[in-house]
Amino acid sequence: MDADRIARALTRIAHEIIERNHGVSGVALVGVRSRGVPLARRIAATLASVSGEEVPTGALDITLYRDDLMRAAIGPQPVVRKTEIPFSIDNRTIVLVDDVLYTGRTTRAALDALIDFGRPKAIQLVVLVDRGHRELPIKADYVGRNVPTSRRESVQVRLQELDGVDDVTVEAGE
Amino acid sequence: MDVPVAATALRQRNLLGIADLSPGEIVLVLDTAEAMKEVGRRAIKKVPTLRGRTVVNLFFEPSTRTRTSFEIAEKRLSADTLNVAIGTSSVVKGETLVDTAMNIEAMSPSMIVLRHASSGACHLLARICKAAIINAGDGMHEHPTQALLDAFTIRERKGRIGGLKVAIVGDLLHSRVLRSNLLLLTKLGAEVWVCGPATLIPPGLDRLGVRVTTRVDEAVEGADVVMMLRIQLERMEGGYFPSLREYFTTFGMTDARLGRAKPDVIIMHPGPINRGVEIASEVADGPYSVILDQVSNGVAVRMAVLYLLAGGADDETVA
Repeated sequence: MDADRIARALTRIAHEIIERNHGVSGVALVGVRSRGVPLARRIAATLASVSGEEVPTGALDITLYRDDLMRAAIGPQPVVRKTEIPFSIDNRTIVLVDDVLYTGRTTRAALDALIDFGRPKAIQLVVLVDRGHRELPIKADYVGRNVPTSRRESVQVRLQELDGVDDVTVEAGE
Repeated sequence: MDVPVAATALRQRNLLGIADLSPGEIVLVLDTAEAMKEVGRRAIKKVPTLRGRTVVNLFFEPSTRTRTSFEIAEKRLSADTLNVAIGTSSVVKGETLVDTAMNIEAMSPSMIVLRHASSGACHLLARICKAAIINAGDGMHEHPTQALLDAFTIRERKGRIGGLKVAIVGDLLHSRVLRSNLLLLTKLGAEVWVCGPATLIPPGLDRLGVRVTTRVDEAVEGADVVMMLRIQLERMEGGYFPSLREYFTTFGMTDARLGRAKPDVIIMHPGPINRGVEIASEVADGPYSVILDQVSNGVAVRMAVLYLLAGGADDETVA
């Protein structure tokens, strides 16, 4: 996916969010660190320009909720970054935004983390790329693009805000 | 001085002292503590990170702040915690530190938080225990988590540590807090001044890269941070100064003295404070005081240390 395709996918997703939720009132976006955060901001900008309403946007770091943290006997701990959700999620529809949906384990951790912040009315999931191979019963509500992959491959999402360029590539694994 | 880039992990499996940490590792702990502080602001102040891990708090010296702070930090990370208080343990029956530790070790804790009156007690346990050892104060040696929370508090207020003038005033001889702070602040590039009565200045302090003075006004002049150390009343039998009243007159921090510091100075104290000895109540409770911030930040910093050590880095320090 190049920059244009990513932009079109995010615009389409923004419209789907409005359609599905009958507008954006009561909707908030939460991006999963790292690359879900700029994606959430871009969707929020589109939602604001289409609907004329600002949509609260936050950032969620799921490191402390990972299920593989304490399993590895040896190895450095992943770096924990700040979670910033500067609004109450109670009774809001929270649209969780991530770059790639793969095993579903990150989404599981994000759901657990979110629920510690309150009781949202509903949680919906946006992913830029769904690459399959789910290990948990999790499904995205809005998908930028379905990309069939093998488990040996890896999907690299690069975004302007963090990587200086917008693209999605599938790379052969080791 | 450039701000050091955060390391990606701690190289050691124990936290025995600031002496073992690189500037990048210190920044990693402080950055991680920022994320941990956010957990403490949530409605549900608990994350599942250390579920199934046991942490033993082994305190051979009295402590309220440090022990409670560690315990809250452990609980917020969902670790199972166990407090062994010295008064009720087998130590009163004559058991040695090593025997006590080996017995606790046999119950497979992941980490042991140790406070002990002897310098080097943590190093001793680190050599014989599989559990990671966190130094919560050993004799007159180090108190690394205190220095880390002090640094966190300074960085939170001032946005940086490098280039700041930090004046540390009080009992320089018996203070493990001083030692850890000197190591940390000089590693991060602060200009450190220390001040106390000549009888409470250990020889060789100037070789640690700090300025030493007995004139409190000189130390405080233009300071960004003033850190008061506790006069350890229990250690003052040596006749280091004539009276507590005279100490207060000569070294105690008052509003008048603080007037020489920068207008946005912050005043710190590791606690417990002796009001009217090293610090006037007007200062301790005044607008420049961040003493209670230090206590709240202690929980976040200790969560960061527990988290970073729980993964088990390379075993390079194991003898």
